[in-house]
Amino acid sequence: MTIISPTRLTHLQRLEAEAIHIMREVVAEAERPVMLYSVGKDSAVMLHLARKAFYPSPPPFPLLHVDTTWKFQEMYKLRDRMATESGMELLVYQNPEAAERGINPFDHGALHTDMWKTEGLKQALDKYGFDAAFGGARRDEEKSRAKERIFSFRTASHGWDPKNQRPELWNLYNARKNKGESIRVFPISNWTELDVWQYIHLNDIPIVPLYFAAKRPTVERDGMLLMVDDDRFPLKPGEVPVERSIRFRTLGCYPLTGAVESEAKTLPEVIQETLLTTTSERQGRAIDKDAGGAGMEVKKQQGYF
Amino acid sequence: MSDIETKSNDPVYVTETLIAEDIDAYLEQHQHKTMLRFITCGSVDDGKSTLIGRLLYDSKMIFEDQLDALTADSKKVGTQGAEIDFALLVDGLAAEREQGITIDVAYRFFNTEKRKFIVADCPGHEQYTRNMVTGASTADLAVILIDARKGVLVQTRRHSYLCHLIGIKNLVLAVNKMDLVDYSQEVFDKIVADYAEFAKSIGIESFTAMPISGFKGDNITGPSDNTPWYKGPNLIEHLETVEVLSSVDVDKPFRLPVQWVNRPNLDFRGFSGLISTGSVKPGDAIRVLPSGKTSTVTRVVTLDGDLDEAVAGQSVTVCFADEIDCSRGDVIATADNPPEAADQFESTIVWLNDEPLHVGRAYWLKLGTQTVSVTVREPKYTVNVNTMEQMAAKTLELNAIGVAELSTDKPLVFEAYADNRTLGGFILIDKITNATVAAGMINFSLRRAQNVHWQAVDISRDAHAGLKNQKPAVLWFTGLSGSGKSTIANLVEKKLHRMNRHTFLLDGDNVRHGLNKDLGFTEADRIENIRRVGEVAKLMTDAGLIVITAFISPFKAEREMVRAMLPEGEFLEVFIDTPLSVAEERDVKGLYKKARAGDLKNFTGIDSPYEAPAKPEIRIDTTKVTPDEAANLIVDALLGDA
Repeated sequence: MTIISPTRLTHLQRLEAEAIHIMREVVAEAERPVMLYSVGKDSAVMLHLARKAFYPSPPPFPLLHVDTTWKFQEMYKLRDRMATESGMELLVYQNPEAAERGINPFDHGALHTDMWKTEGLKQALDKYGFDAAFGGARRDEEKSRAKERIFSFRTASHGWDPKNQRPELWNLYNARKNKGESIRVFPISNWTELDVWQYIHLNDIPIVPLYFAAKRPTVERDGMLLMVDDDRFPLKPGEVPVERSIRFRTLGCYPLTGAVESEAKTLPEVIQETLLTTTSERQGRAIDKDAGGAGMEVKKQQGYF
Repeated sequence: MSDIETKSNDPVYVTETLIAEDIDAYLEQHQHKTMLRFITCGSVDDGKSTLIGRLLYDSKMIFEDQLDALTADSKKVGTQGAEIDFALLVDGLAAEREQGITIDVAYRFFNTEKRKFIVADCPGHEQYTRNMVTGASTADLAVILIDARKGVLVQTRRHSYLCHLIGIKNLVLAVNKMDLVDYSQEVFDKIVADYAEFAKSIGIESFTAMPISGFKGDNITGPSDNTPWYKGPNLIEHLETVEVLSSVDVDKPFRLPVQWVNRPNLDFRGFSGLISTGSVKPGDAIRVLPSGKTSTVTRVVTLDGDLDEAVAGQSVTVCFADEIDCSRGDVIATADNPPEAADQFESTIVWLNDEPLHVGRAYWLKLGTQTVSVTVREPKYTVNVNTMEQMAAKTLELNAIGVAELSTDKPLVFEAYADNRTLGGFILIDKITNATVAAGMINFSLRRAQNVHWQAVDISRDAHAGLKNQKPAVLWFTGLSGSGKSTIANLVEKKLHRMNRHTFLLDGDNVRHGLNKDLGFTEADRIENIRRVGEVAKLMTDAGLIVITAFISPFKAEREMVRAMLPEGEFLEVFIDTPLSVAEERDVKGLYKKARAGDLKNFTGIDSPYEAPAKPEIRIDTTKVTPDEAANLIVDALLGDA
């Protein structure tokens, strides 16, 4: 019924162009941008987009990994490899207070995330004086994210005020900050989990092998399937790691990230499984369950990314 | 699950079979999907969130765990009794869940076999016009919901007007809750007729009306047995086939607002940006605006290799055959059909901030990648969004829509909003709070901007300067109160005078006795103070004078504003660098003491910030040199430069 131009762009081309546009705006207007790099699949896409945005220059900002010391071994490996390949500076920050107090996910529960991630991130941003930080959050992940702006402002103490967000019109972003404020920028806000997978597939982007199914040592706790990634995993009396064919839909600290039993060994198989599955992605993470229905919103107001 | 009514007829976009049987084929299909962005607008009870929840549900975008949570929530706070309340799925923030209303723009996503959709869920409340305009600004299409029991309401008119104002060409009138009026064709036809009359009156050329039920699922994904009299498309079918904005933009002339200059080494110089309209390929003749310089495109560079052609909507980097000036804010355009530049416009403005428009105050205006200083004149009129009447107004309050003239401090490369959203749509930013206070759309430039605004005179500024045998300049002193600006400025003028230079000293205190006696010391007034002094200094340089100014001028933005008014090289920033402790100890006028005692508000260095220049042309450290030595340094720097 309508004539569509033969030169029309696909949805992925439009999403890519939007993300690149956002990254260039930040680089043009911010004084000291940084890219948060968590080594997950969203970070992988973000890094690839950054390389595209500034090619043939390397992306003109460093990568920042806020490390909890409890990530999967495979994540540390890929992190170091990608930093080298992209020619970008990699900054790794570990909250010294959390290290000193021996905060860990087994003994400290929610405090672990708060100290290592939330506090660690705030400290790192303050230490280096970054005024804009790219993050790979998507609006389809969680309800409060659905209403967050692409340029999301944080107070000097890193708080988020959902009721006082700047309107974002067209593709115009107001990057002007008040003293002490910083910006979290989410270039892939409008991507879905499927878009991310498809983009990785089309562009052959390296991701952590844990996304693919393999035999791995696991224990089952509180309905979550945990992987025994190193010997810091305290086994309860009678608990014996069981080899299961598992993979991860999302990657965080290994003691907090639930695996799914799977035989999906290739990217199309993973996508297939993702599409046919009936539980949402973030469900594998313990964080969203805290604080009732508004868990993430409260965390964000406190400074969580 | 059993509470949800699902249609027996197969929704057109259930692709599970393909996913399960041939994932590669599915991925191939998904890869070629286009994207449509649309907004839904309606008032609180029109069933908007329910409709979106329905679209997500029908396209399998609700996962089991979300559905479990939803079922539990529905019983606790839902408004649908024991049935699933889809609205809870869409209403995100805790505050609004308590209030039971949607208060902000939320973005949702779903796919069909042909397209990916981004839905902006826009609230229906009057006080949230700003959110609707925000959601509409990126939309290709708008779904306007009407409760079949209530017909065309004031809100319906308001939403339609706003969508039309933002330039949305594809309007869908979704007459919802048809199940509650027994699927009556009569009711539907009456509403459509009412709406058509209204639509015509505000200039809406066409719309597509359909009878639906978001709750029951009628005419959402397939024809409904309940409305055999309705022969038009169902909602999804329509959304899948309507033309998207970016495909329309491809056929317009080439425009690329430059975001960033890519210069990794001396051998490569590329210009990066998002193509707003048209297309570009190597060999194309281009013109850079506003300079008007021309060249030829040699390459369209991407990480995946050079492109033969790039089109509207793509982010690219282009290289030229010639080394011509081009930087952020410039627009690269097709050489034989470039956009214009102007500094006065008529535009339609939507005010988005609690703090109303201050007529005459300078705001930042951001359009594409250009940011300039702008003042807004008194509105010609505002529009009552409920009655569409034009009303007289002195200002624009939150959610007001008005038409006003703007003047910018330097020419903007622009096109009318109707022709190009990127080069015609802008935001206004408060210079002090940095808030985005307004959105605007350029209607046209004012002729007087080009012709009458600046009277061409026979005795040029060169002639004035030539007679005085000097190069005009502004020595702009900046520094804390008591830093020694006036003392050193005086000495500089005396020395220049002895050397037969024609000078004039504009002193902060003196100007405030006359030209600027209406201004106080709030940040806004300080900005205006500096703006006026800048304009006066500019006129004096046109007369060939060397102007010396001595003002605290604490804000970097205003100093840069004055710099931008003058020809390159004529603005020399002289930073009289005296530490606050030293200035306060001198306290020649006793002002610091008063400020510390709280008797003097907004005093720079005490309770108002001083933004030191990062790269002044001349920096004087008064703890190391005497005033006389300082004056000599400045005179040397000025004349050495001449």
